[in-house]
Amino acid sequence: MTGKEANTHGAILQDTEPEDGDRPTVQLRNAGKAYGNIRALHGVDLAVRPGQVTCVLGDNGAGKSTLIKIISGLHQHTEGEFLVDGEPVHFTTPRQALDRGIATVYQDLAVVPLMPVWRNFFLGSEMTKGPWPFRRLDIEKMKKTADEELRNMGIVLDNLDQPIGTLSGGQRQCVAIARAVYFGARVLILDEPTAALGVKQSGVVLKYVAAARERGLGVIFITHNPHHAYMVGDHFSVLRLGTMELSAERSEITLEELTNHMAGGTELAALKHELSQVRGLDVDELPDARDLTAL
Amino acid sequence: MSMTQHAEPAVTSPPAPGPKEVDGRTVERPQVLRLLARPEVGVFLGAAAVYVFFLIAAPPVREGASMANILYGSSTIGIMALPVALLMIGGEFDLSAGVAVITSALTAAMLSYQLTMNVWVGVIAALVVSLAIGFLNGWLVVKTGLPSFLITLGSFLILQGVNLAVTKLVTGNVATDDISTMDGFSQAKKVFASSFDVGGVQVKITIVWWLVFAAIATWVLLRTKYGNWIFAVGGNKDSARAVGVPVAFTKISLFMLVGFGAWFIGMHQLFSFNTVQSGEGVGQELIFISAAVIGGCLLTGGAGSAIGPVFGAFMFGMVQQGIVYAGWNPDWFKAFLGVMLLGAVLINLWVQRTATRR
Ligand SMILES: Nc1ncnc2c1ncn2[C@@H]1O[C@H](COP(=O)(O)OP(=O)(O)OP(=O)(O)O)[C@@H](O)[C@H]1O
Ligand SMILES: [Mg+2]
Repeated sequence: MTGKEANTHGAILQDTEPEDGDRPTVQLRNAGKAYGNIRALHGVDLAVRPGQVTCVLGDNGAGKSTLIKIISGLHQHTEGEFLVDGEPVHFTTPRQALDRGIATVYQDLAVVPLMPVWRNFFLGSEMTKGPWPFRRLDIEKMKKTADEELRNMGIVLDNLDQPIGTLSGGQRQCVAIARAVYFGARVLILDEPTAALGVKQSGVVLKYVAAARERGLGVIFITHNPHHAYMVGDHFSVLRLGTMELSAERSEITLEELTNHMAGGTELAALKHELSQVRGLDVDELPDARDLTAL
Repeated sequence: MSMTQHAEPAVTSPPAPGPKEVDGRTVERPQVLRLLARPEVGVFLGAAAVYVFFLIAAPPVREGASMANILYGSSTIGIMALPVALLMIGGEFDLSAGVAVITSALTAAMLSYQLTMNVWVGVIAALVVSLAIGFLNGWLVVKTGLPSFLITLGSFLILQGVNLAVTKLVTGNVATDDISTMDGFSQAKKVFASSFDVGGVQVKITIVWWLVFAAIATWVLLRTKYGNWIFAVGGNKDSARAVGVPVAFTKISLFMLVGFGAWFIGMHQLFSFNTVQSGEGVGQELIFISAAVIGGCLLTGGAGSAIGPVFGAFMFGMVQQGIVYAGWNPDWFKAFLGVMLLGAVLINLWVQRTATRR
């Protein structure tokens, strides 16, 4: 997946876009967001193109969630421009983003704990049947669809009627991801989707990201794990203290450089050195986040 | 956040067909325990207990006419308890619901009489006013983000004052003039306050309306998008918003639904008694809220049913009339209610803890 993508997308960093084909579905130009007097985001450029995975990386509090909340319609930007299909927009509700085919897995998952799993899956986009005064939920179809989508993710639930609050954190996350994958027609935004997941489910999520790209969706993938990012990403943006520190195509950066950027370069080098002394680790093979926590 | 209440009752899942892969760790709890865990089953048992108690303690209760009377009392509480319950499931309160009934009745009575128009003009105007009050309550709650307790405490006080002052101003009295001789009165009375004969017993039409509204509310709550949204905005409104539920619309329309209920009961009172006392209605809002809570609606929102408050209202109607039939001092009514409310809440809590223990 590396060489081909890098070649096709290598040349589109300029502002002059061709009229068709590669025009970004979603684009931020010099965008920023202030919460009162806290400037959470400033001067950020980002483009999401069909069939391309844009990874957003950065420390805790760097502004990643703020960035995607602008795109998903939860917050509004206070500076710069936000374009969908080349047209400037100001989403006031997430409904507007969803109607444009932009679906999001939020970091806090956005589920209603007391409601059954299947109702959560379809919340806000319920399937109905029947003419107006008697239009009602198509419960059977919704349950069936939810069950299928969850099984595809490797999640098997005995009872879709149980309140989602009784599921484990990772199971809840899978429901949120399956939901976004199901409803994201054009752009899929994932805010740290693998944070609470097991190895198998993380793998499934990465596969989903790759599959979404094959289907021609634009994907924004937020993660702390550069290995995960590098496995599926076509473009990498690193945020630091609310500004874009790095924005690079896959062809322009190696995994090691990316990891260095994320960890603040020299600090990680020092850490690596220490670790190699303690454990005799192979310094060339960079430990990823999971290895570090495993210590 | 309590995991012991079920947000979603009565929808039985189709058994997963075939040799599909199953998790297999779910141990089926006994059917009885699962049933008992449903708040509306608890309140049904409570209502049955109160009924049996009065059957024994007050022999007149056994007659058909008494039963019709008890159901009538229940229906006037129950019709309002329904929208109040839906609003509670949606995560909000309306403390102005009691006086709003009187506001609606006063509006219809005075507009009809003072402008000597057909009563239907007053009835429609009252509907507009009631919906507008509901809209304002909901709009203020949604826009300010303040607790609805505060907003509607304000509107409760405002309406209470306006009811008294405007009535005094217009009629020079504490009650409105008798409208029973006006055009359209008998028509409107048919709709809101008539009776019909069932085997020699006079049955009030509000009982029919009550059950019709309860059936519609149950269907809407469990089988429609809007019902889904009610649970969602009460359960977690930020999550609901994030997945595209129109939170403001849902909440405001729920307040307007309470307005509709207030209008309906207001019209019933007007066409039953021909005049309206401007000082009434205070304290009724707590009766409605209690009926909803006894009916298993979660005070913090996100869980409940429409059928539970029907039994809740029946318990209230039963006690209210039962005390009279038993020949006791009716002053005991409120004390009885308080005991029932506490009892119901405690029993519900205990049953659910036992039945849903994980
Ligand atoms: N609703 C809010 N009100 C005020 N400040 C906020 C709000 N949301 C976020 N912030 C601030 O904006 C900054 C960026 O937050 P954001 O949630 O975007 O970080 P993040 O990159 O997603 O971090 P993490 O990796 O921990 O999820 C933080 O300093 C945070 O305190
Ligand atoms: Mg975040």
